[in-house]
Amino acid sequence: MKKKTCAKVLSQICLAPGIYDMWLETKIAKDAAAGQFIGVYPNDKSTLLPRPISICEVDKEKSALRLVYRVAGKGTAEFSGCKDGDILDVLGILGNGYDLSLLKGKKVMLMGGGIGIPPMLELARELYIQNESLSEDEKSEIIIVVGYRDDKTFLRDDLERYGKVYIASEDGSVGTKGNVMNAIEAEKLSTDAICACGPMPMLRAIKKYAEEKNIPAYISLEEHMACGVGACLGCVVKTKEVDHHSHVNNARICTDGPVFEAGEVDI
Amino acid sequence: MKTEIEIAGVKWKNPVTVGSGTFGSGMEYEEFVDLNRLGALTTKGVANIPWAGNPTPRVTEVYGGMLNAIGLQNPGIDVFCERDLKFLEGYDTNVIVNVCGKSIQDYVDVVERLSDEKRVDMLEINVSCPNVKEGAIAFGQKASALTEITTEIKKHAKQPIIMKLSPNVTDITEMARAAEAAGADAVSLINTITGMKIDINRRTFALANKTGGMSGPAIKPVAVRMVYQVAQAVKIPIIGMGGISTAEDALEFILAGATAVSVGAANFINPYATIGVIDGIEEYMRKNHIEDIKELIGAVK
Repeated sequence: MKKKTCAKVLSQICLAPGIYDMWLETKIAKDAAAGQFIGVYPNDKSTLLPRPISICEVDKEKSALRLVYRVAGKGTAEFSGCKDGDILDVLGILGNGYDLSLLKGKKVMLMGGGIGIPPMLELARELYIQNESLSEDEKSEIIIVVGYRDDKTFLRDDLERYGKVYIASEDGSVGTKGNVMNAIEAEKLSTDAICACGPMPMLRAIKKYAEEKNIPAYISLEEHMACGVGACLGCVVKTKEVDHHSHVNNARICTDGPVFEAGEVDI
Repeated sequence: MKTEIEIAGVKWKNPVTVGSGTFGSGMEYEEFVDLNRLGALTTKGVANIPWAGNPTPRVTEVYGGMLNAIGLQNPGIDVFCERDLKFLEGYDTNVIVNVCGKSIQDYVDVVERLSDEKRVDMLEINVSCPNVKEGAIAFGQKASALTEITTEIKKHAKQPIIMKLSPNVTDITEMARAAEAAGADAVSLINTITGMKIDINRRTFALANKTGGMSGPAIKPVAVRMVYQVAQAVKIPIIGMGGISTAEDALEFILAGATAVSVGAANFINPYATIGVIDGIEEYMRKNHIEDIKELIGAVK
């Protein structure tokens, strides 16, 4: 059940210029899974709407959520100044995450670009845990391909705990020069399925790649949101088929997504 | 202590409803709010056929509020009746259906389709959405056009009709008078105020539609002023809205002359906002020894 409730900042550090890593203690953490997100409310009442932020890691024992986010405006700038013990209002858990059951027995490539990398960490962790309870032929093989601007490779160490990590950087300072698609080519990687989050040009390239290879790609989309719960119809994406809820070719990213099979959406 | 009000013969348990388009048909908010507590539930605008709405970005934040240009995306009246009205059968609250269209005939088709629907208590006619190119606001910015559409809808409507007025006019009292003279049972105001935001980093408009309707706390003083002006100009009841987030906000509208109030964009900010407004009005009445909420309606002259 979704709630608006409060969250206590447990810790916050700066991972890279403009990129912050915050742990929040909140009772909604118990319902969280990879690919879902929460709305975080600025305390400054001139900025009223909740900021949708993806979940980077879940610690159910501590009832805590890890958010790794980029400062993009007034709201996130305020969050970046939060100290241990500060209280923020949150709304969640929002959206549908990745369906791990679809990835059993498959070679799975997790692809993250820039601030799309954080949700890949929780997905990698959950796949890794799922593997522990599965027979050999049902286990997922986890390959991680992440793209950065430069050598500020945030979350790299965390990701390496769960799978082999391939890196691309725009300036060529680490790994393959270019983007995640360049890294796939340079490293001659192949896969049975893709899970991805990142900027729209990257997601478009992944959609095209998955169509050519005839493999499923589960991509996480973002859009400006108001309510976050499916009422305002602000955050829609065009769909190939008429959507079951809207009865037009639009699905709500906040509630029908944010994760969609790439073939279902027109991006 | 009495919080009941009556508009065109329809009794409400309290004066609080929601702004059309901010609450869907209640499905998305039933997790947060006991819908039975609302005086009325106003649904998202519905047309005779499904509308896809505008391209994204459709929403953006501004200081103290937001702009939207959804473009009245809706599933069409058939799905609405089969799904949304059926869902609302389970709740004890008035249902106000917001009706939109591109031509008078579109509106009439929806109004006629709803005439036998027992679950529909009132109709709100959207002649003030600033985000669609044809119809809608074209009927709400000229008194003669408003007169024509109100007269035509009144001929076909079985339920009382509320004309939802646009603030994007020179004199809103002229529009309210036109609606009243043409037979409207009530008016609701204000719809959103047309605005624009420029993204200076991308050097483009923040919304794909370029302009959008502004809502949120920042528009409240404009809305209170217009409700007061309309209350002096017409005798039919007013449903006041525009930036209401708290009971204090709602009481300003009631004192200015609104019989009922709508909570709009505040639902996006706080999904429990409606309940806070209902409880807060009761608390104010207790504290100030108000026996009947009707004592407050238009009490500020």
